[in-house]
Amino acid sequence: MHAVEVENLTHYYGERKALSDVSFQVDEAEIFSLLGPNGGGKTTLFRILSTLLLPTEGAARIFDLDIGTDSSRVRQQIGIVFQNPSLDIKLTVRENLVHQGHLYGLHGGTLRSRIDEMMGRLKITDRASSLVETLSGGLRRRVELAKGMLHHPKLLILDEPSVGLDPGARHDLWQYLESLRDSEGVTILATTHLIDEGDRSDHVLILNQGLVVGSGTPRALKQQIGGDIIALTSKDPEVLSRKIADTFDLKPTVLNGSVRIEKTSGHEFIAKLIEAFPGTIDSVTLAKPTLEDVFIDRTGHRLWEES
Amino acid sequence: MNILLGSLTLWQRELVRFFRQRSRIVGAFGSPVVFWLLLGSGIGRSFTLPSPEGTMNYMEYFFPGTIVLILLFTSIFSTISIIEDRREGFLQSVLAAPVPRSTIVLGKVTGATTLALIQGMVFMVLAPFVIGVSPTAVLITLVILGLVAFGLTALGYVIAWSLDSTQGFHAIMNLFLIPMWLLSGAVFPASGAPVWLQWVMTVNPVTYGVAAVRWSLYGTSTYAALGGPAPARSLAVIVLFGIAMFVTALAVTHRR
Repeated sequence: MHAVEVENLTHYYGERKALSDVSFQVDEAEIFSLLGPNGGGKTTLFRILSTLLLPTEGAARIFDLDIGTDSSRVRQQIGIVFQNPSLDIKLTVRENLVHQGHLYGLHGGTLRSRIDEMMGRLKITDRASSLVETLSGGLRRRVELAKGMLHHPKLLILDEPSVGLDPGARHDLWQYLESLRDSEGVTILATTHLIDEGDRSDHVLILNQGLVVGSGTPRALKQQIGGDIIALTSKDPEVLSRKIADTFDLKPTVLNGSVRIEKTSGHEFIAKLIEAFPGTIDSVTLAKPTLEDVFIDRTGHRLWEES
Repeated sequence: MNILLGSLTLWQRELVRFFRQRSRIVGAFGSPVVFWLLLGSGIGRSFTLPSPEGTMNYMEYFFPGTIVLILLFTSIFSTISIIEDRREGFLQSVLAAPVPRSTIVLGKVTGATTLALIQGMVFMVLAPFVIGVSPTAVLITLVILGLVAFGLTALGYVIAWSLDSTQGFHAIMNLFLIPMWLLSGAVFPASGAPVWLQWVMTVNPVTYGVAAVRWSLYGTSTYAALGGPAPARSLAVIVLFGIAMFVTALAVTHRR
């Protein structure tokens, strides 16, 4: 059984196609990232999987339960952390958690001890009686996590969980997600537009303009790129790119004013380049491919760029 | 099971939030009382109506209408929070919870009805001094107030659910809800109004709410001398209006 199975999911908002024939599977107890630029379809997919939106076409199952026909049982299995806050800021931390527990059928002593447990794990016990409006962004996100995990869901779905968090809080967040996976076997599905979060995941699905443009472990995805990434700066990158293409039978790309080449044994190739075009290259960088390079390779533009 | 626990928890949330925001208490309770004091004292003797005990002054006439205005304001200010819940994000987590959507309607409408009733009861403390009512009459009035508050709250819910801004709600309140109250017999009796206004007042459901409160506070003989819809008819309209609005609230909540 898979934690999540998505089959040929397509979604339209009126005329606009937000998702186009998306299929993938998420194994149990893995951290699965949906990586892509804003407007790439991540949030639409998030809303469908959290049962808030019915897809135009296709099917999605969570632990073999259909999200459309069995939504109420699906909801019991999943914990959701929204990108926009879902806390009532006029209530205290504990009050927010109590209401959440009641909505998921928990009550009495069971609920009380579960709330204490979650507040302890997320280190918010000392803020139990604080109104949420007095908490910092990082603390609020921890309350959101406690809220999402309160009813022991087997799958936690998060929409851009690290937006608005400082590096320290982001680190804590990921450490918590990893501990959920390792100690409780919880499956984590998170949308992100950050490369390094993709790298920390067990599996990455890259979405661009509603289409799946890559899927696999971060390692496998990066290995699909031929070797190293060489980036060159020059006064006239277009001219340099054409010259390289003619001389070496390669397909360099020009991105943000630099010429980008994928090549095995890059360090040896750099020497040849410098010799072939003396004086035209201002700087050279050599790097192992990142998930961003995978994205560029598949889409022809950077993650942050408008297409 | 989940629907009851869920509704109860949302009901409780309404109450806690309300009492934490003092400006809301002042807004919903204070303004009608100020209207009552100013209009009642100002118009005072220039307004007289026949009554079995002689004549009725304006403070006495305006009293039932003021309670209904308190109910209306509290209902509006409580249901307007749906718009805030949607905008601030709380609603999304309720929509994603394993409870039917009717939980939201039930929690919100009963919560707001309770608040309206509490505010109405506070004002009712003045009733023995203004009108001279018996304890039985007070009890009957409270039941009627509960029914009226339920209908108004459900109406407020239906309006608020489809709106995205509180400004929009204020516009509807000024253009639609306040006139409904003005033309309910709360401020002036239908008997002296032009025929077209009398028609509007006859189809206005709030008319029957005010009439029922008036009947239970004044007693049958005084009410009869004033004239107005028959008490049984008023009660029937209030109950039917409440049911109709609640069903509409359920329907709109399932649609969006």
